[in-house]
Formats: sequence, C-alpha cells, structure tokens
Amino acid sequence: MSDPSTASIVSTPPSTNPNEVGAPTDAGLPGNARKEKPRGLLGDAWRDLRRKPLFWISAFFILIFVVMAAFPSLFTSGDAVNGTLANSRVGPSGDAWFGYDVQGRDVFARTIYGARASIVVALLSVMGTLLIGGTLGIIAGYRGGWVDALLSRFADIFFGLPFVLGAIVILTTFNGADSSNSEWQIMALVIMSLSVLGWPVVMRLMRSSVLATKEADYIVAARALGAGTGRIILKHLLPNCLAPLLVYGTILVGSFIGAEATLSFLGIGLKTPVVSWGIMISEAQNYIRVSPYLLFFPAAFLVTAVLSFVMLGETVREALDPKLR
Amino acid sequence: MSDILVSEQSATGADGSGRPSGRLLEVEDLRVEFRTRDGVAKVINGVTYHVDAGETLAVLGESGSGKSVTAQTIMGILDTPPGFVTGGQVRFHGKDMLKMSAEERRRIRGEGIAMIFQDALSALNPVFTVGFQIAEQFRVRRGMSRADAKKRAIEMLDQVKIPNAKGRYSNYPHQFSGGMRQRAMIAMSLALDPEVLIADEPTTALDVTVQAQIMDLLAELQRERRMGLILITHDLGVVADVADRIAVMYAGRIVEEANVYDLYAKPAHPYTLGLLDSIPRMDEKGQQLRTIKGLPPNLMNIPPGCPFNPRCPMAQPVCREKLPPLLQIGSGRASACHFAEELVNRD
Repeated sequence: MSDPSTASIVSTPPSTNPNEVGAPTDAGLPGNARKEKPRGLLGDAWRDLRRKPLFWISAFFILIFVVMAAFPSLFTSGDAVNGTLANSRVGPSGDAWFGYDVQGRDVFARTIYGARASIVVALLSVMGTLLIGGTLGIIAGYRGGWVDALLSRFADIFFGLPFVLGAIVILTTFNGADSSNSEWQIMALVIMSLSVLGWPVVMRLMRSSVLATKEADYIVAARALGAGTGRIILKHLLPNCLAPLLVYGTILVGSFIGAEATLSFLGIGLKTPVVSWGIMISEAQNYIRVSPYLLFFPAAFLVTAVLSFVMLGETVREALDPKLR
Repeated sequence: MSDILVSEQSATGADGSGRPSGRLLEVEDLRVEFRTRDGVAKVINGVTYHVDAGETLAVLGESGSGKSVTAQTIMGILDTPPGFVTGGQVRFHGKDMLKMSAEERRRIRGEGIAMIFQDALSALNPVFTVGFQIAEQFRVRRGMSRADAKKRAIEMLDQVKIPNAKGRYSNYPHQFSGGMRQRAMIAMSLALDPEVLIADEPTTALDVTVQAQIMDLLAELQRERRMGLILITHDLGVVADVADRIAVMYAGRIVEEANVYDLYAKPAHPYTLGLLDSIPRMDEKGQQLRTIKGLPPNLMNIPPGCPFNPRCPMAQPVCREKLPPLLQIGSGRASACHFAEELVNRD
C-alpha cells in the first residue's frame, strides 16, 4: 500500500480470515436490535457518540467557547479594549479575576473577547484547508495519471513556501501597515493565507489514503455492481478516507490558533484593538517572570480549546469506524 | 498469428459473424494485453466461450492463466492502463459490450451481469452495515424508499440463508464470519436479479466445509433464477460438483472445453491431464505429489508454437512450430492440442 504512517489510521481493515462456519447468530448484535428505521453511517456514529462521556465533555467546552465567541458580553461586563494605566500589571483579585495587563486592561474581559478572533480564525481556516486539500487529494488520488502529477507538483510548490514567509508575503500585500481593513477583512485575509499555505499537507494525506482505498475490492465491487463515479467517491471512498483527515484537522485547530498568534505578533495579522488569545500571549511574553498570570490565563483557554477539539475529533473518528464500536 | 486461432471452430459451432445466436453471454476471440514499463504482456490471446441461461461454465486454470482478466474485461472493470483490449467481442444478448458507451455498460452491471469476488471481507465496504449496502442498490437502481429497500434487503439476506436476517441487517462486515460474508456478497450481487453471475474464485478464501455450503447455495440460486453462472476457479474439486461445462485456460487461451464427464473421464489436452493427475490421491499416500513440471510461460515472451510445449510430456517437434487451434473433437468438446484425437482415443 502507500505510506505506512497513514495506513494505520485509515480504516481499511486488515484481511483477517476467520474460518468458523457461522458465528452465533446474535453475536455482535446491538442489545437493542428492536425495530428501527434504517440508519446510515452518520446515524450509527451519532448513536455511538451519545454514549461517550469524552464526547459530551469536549462538546460542552466547545459549546462554551462558541457562545463565548458569539456573545462575549454574557460572560463579562468588563472592557477588553480600554484600561487604566494605574492598574498596569496588577495581579488577580476579586475585581479582576485574571488581573490587569501592562496597559491596565482587564485580562479576564480580554480573554473572553479574545475567543472570537481565535476560534473563528482557527475553525474557518481548518475548514478551508480540509476542503481545498481534501477535494484536490481525492481528485489526484482517484484520477491518477497526469492529473495526479499536476496537482501533486502544484501542491509541492505551495509546500515549498515557508509558512511564515508565505504568510508575510500574502498579508503585507493585502494588509500592509497603511491599509485600513476592518476587523473582519483582516480575519478573512488571515484565514485565506492559513488555508492557502496549509492545504498541501491535507492533500497529500487525502491522496495517499485514497490511493490505498481505491484499490480495495469493495470499490471494484461497487463498480462491478454498476455504481457511478460520483457514488463511488462519495459513498465508498470518502467515508473510508475521512479518518486521517479528521485527526489532522483537529490538531490543525490548535496549530492555527498559534499561527494566528504568530502573525499577530509579527504585526501583519490581527491588530489592536482587536483581541485574540494569540495577541495576548505574544504581548505577555515580555513579562513572563514578573507577571506570569498574563501568559497563564489566555494560554489556559487556548489549551482547553485545542484539547476539546482534539478530543472531539478523536471521538468522532472512533464513532465513524465501525470496528471500534 | 491471429489467423491460426480458429475461434469459429470452437465448441459452440458458431459461425463467428456476430449473428443473434440467442446466446446469453458470449466472449469471442478476446485479446487483452497489459502494457507495462517492462514490455507488453499478452494476457488474453483469443479466448472464446459462452454461457447460456441456467448453465454453469467453469473456467479452470492456474494463477496467471487469464481467467480473472477475462472476467474483468466482461465486467468492464479492467484497469486501463495497463490493461488494453486489443481485439474480440463480448456479446451480451448479441450486443457487443466493448462497443457500448460507458453509461450503457454501467447499466448492464448489476442488473445484467454481476460479479462476486474472492475475498468477501475486502469486497464489502467496512463503514456501512451489510444490510445498508444491499439496500443501497434497491434505492439507487430501483428508486425504492428506505423502508421498502430494507425489506427487500432482508429478503435477500434470507434467500442466501443468513440466519436471523432481520437482526443481521444492521451488522457490519467485520461482525460476520467468512462464510456469512460470502453469503452477504452473493446477496448483494443477486439483488438486482442479474442474468449472468460471474463468481471469481468465490470459495478460495473459505475453509472446506464452508466452501461446500457456498457452492451448494450458488448452485441452488442459479437453478431457481435460471442464471448463467461463470465460475472461475483453480479448484478441480469445486468444479466437478456444479459445472455443466468446463473451459480450461492456459497462458491466456482456452486449451480445452468439454462437459464435466468427458473432461474428467478423457481429457483431450495434456495440460488438463496434468491437472487431473496432480490431484492428491488416497492410494498414493506417502509418495511425492505429482505436479506439472516447469512454470507457466512468461506472458511477455510466449514461446512459439503451443505455449504448453516446454512443459508437455508429449511434446513433438510440431508443437514447437505450430500453434494448435482450438478444434472441435467429437460433440460439444474442443481441444487445442495437435494430438487431441490420440489422447482421447488412447486405451
């Protein structure tokens, strides 16, 4: 097959060959095999997910972060943008739970307001990356031949661009020091540059897992039973190639939150007065020794968010793999 | 070289002019080659066979003899490249499938001709339940509602004798045993009621007792539905039970075609003779197994004359020069050996 590192997370089964005549007829039957309407893959996955505490925990956190991003004022009445310099680097207290930063701004309020930019940027860039990379990967892997060669070389070009350098080029072009883009325009630009620079990895991942899967007998069997190309790709190829993508996607959420912070730190990403965890972390790094809480709180939120996404991805992947049910 | 391969003189007595013969599925003078970096491998060199409704044709041959590639060409699932059809016809109800549009061919698959595979585990999609995969065909090809399709799928599972079909409907392939999987695979192939079923070594991955059950099931379903069945196998034991006619393949050609009794009683080709002789026998216990000496020819470089001549114990000078055509000898049987008559008439 192809790359062994991806083969292990592709859900194509090893060819085991049990020889028993017939397992006990109720072996493996769900205990509640009552009259149900036919379920698809997603129905089964959902039924499986509902039973997992890990799913509920991570979903709960993600829900909180999403609400936080949408309605930050529900969580805090503080001002995330304006501060009093007199409060500069005052530690956590009853008034300001997370203390004040160098400019005397409420760190708790800033952390809450920072969720929006961080989560929106990370989620949308991951979706963009998976969409571009996944689509091109399927096309390259399934069609093969010159299409594959062309797309792969194209991906190599983007892969060859150093991430930070590429982002600097894109963002200074469209979001230079003298540009007057709005908060959302900047976010869109950051999302675009992250997606444009991130898709080649996803494309390779998808391509190799399509290459491994498309030779499988069930794809040939589907063709032999008269399935069309669209059906083969969507029904037979995609569900079997999704697992590695899902895993990579959830990991990517974390690294994109970090990447957004890097770009903000370099002054080409989001800019004050916009708040993001990345901006807060990069601002805090000069004061780690004197005021560690400046780093601790946004970092803790970041870690929790990333962990939640990773756990969610993991449980979803397990739910989508029938053998782990 | 093609002028020597006398396809029209095959066992069918056909005149080879594409007439509507009433045959269900005919393969005529099919030629397939694999173009690889190392050269061109001539995998199928003029295969001719046919199958009628309610008839079982066994295609026998060792690995690499081209029996599976013939089946893939019939189904239109040959990998192109490297595989290319360079000649011949595959007629279904008298129409040449090789000249049909992709869409026309796709419609025949499943409903006209279906295929079951050797390893049912890998031939079932691991992420969908077995029932769903059968029902999918009813929904997509017959436009049935989900509930109706499920009902039909359960009926199919029942027909292939899967116990507790209703409960098994929502099981995944990995929850089935080997034999059950092959049954499910059969149910899936037969869902759209095909007229011809191609079974590519359906029992190779199973143990002997299950093999017998699956073969019985196939034979029974075939009788009930009056299907044409092409059974591809290298197992002489499997063949004897169920086949009506046998076509023996060697190096991409049919070397002998006969009904089961004739073939086993009096093989008309030294290769068939060798195959039959290599079946282990109880009364020779402890002795060395008999084999056919040598290896099948390299398909990129098939020896001149009869491709079997380097391994043939009866080879004469003529065998190295002239390719023996598949000629009719007696009623309903044919052999591609210069000495077929002598073989049949000995002792």
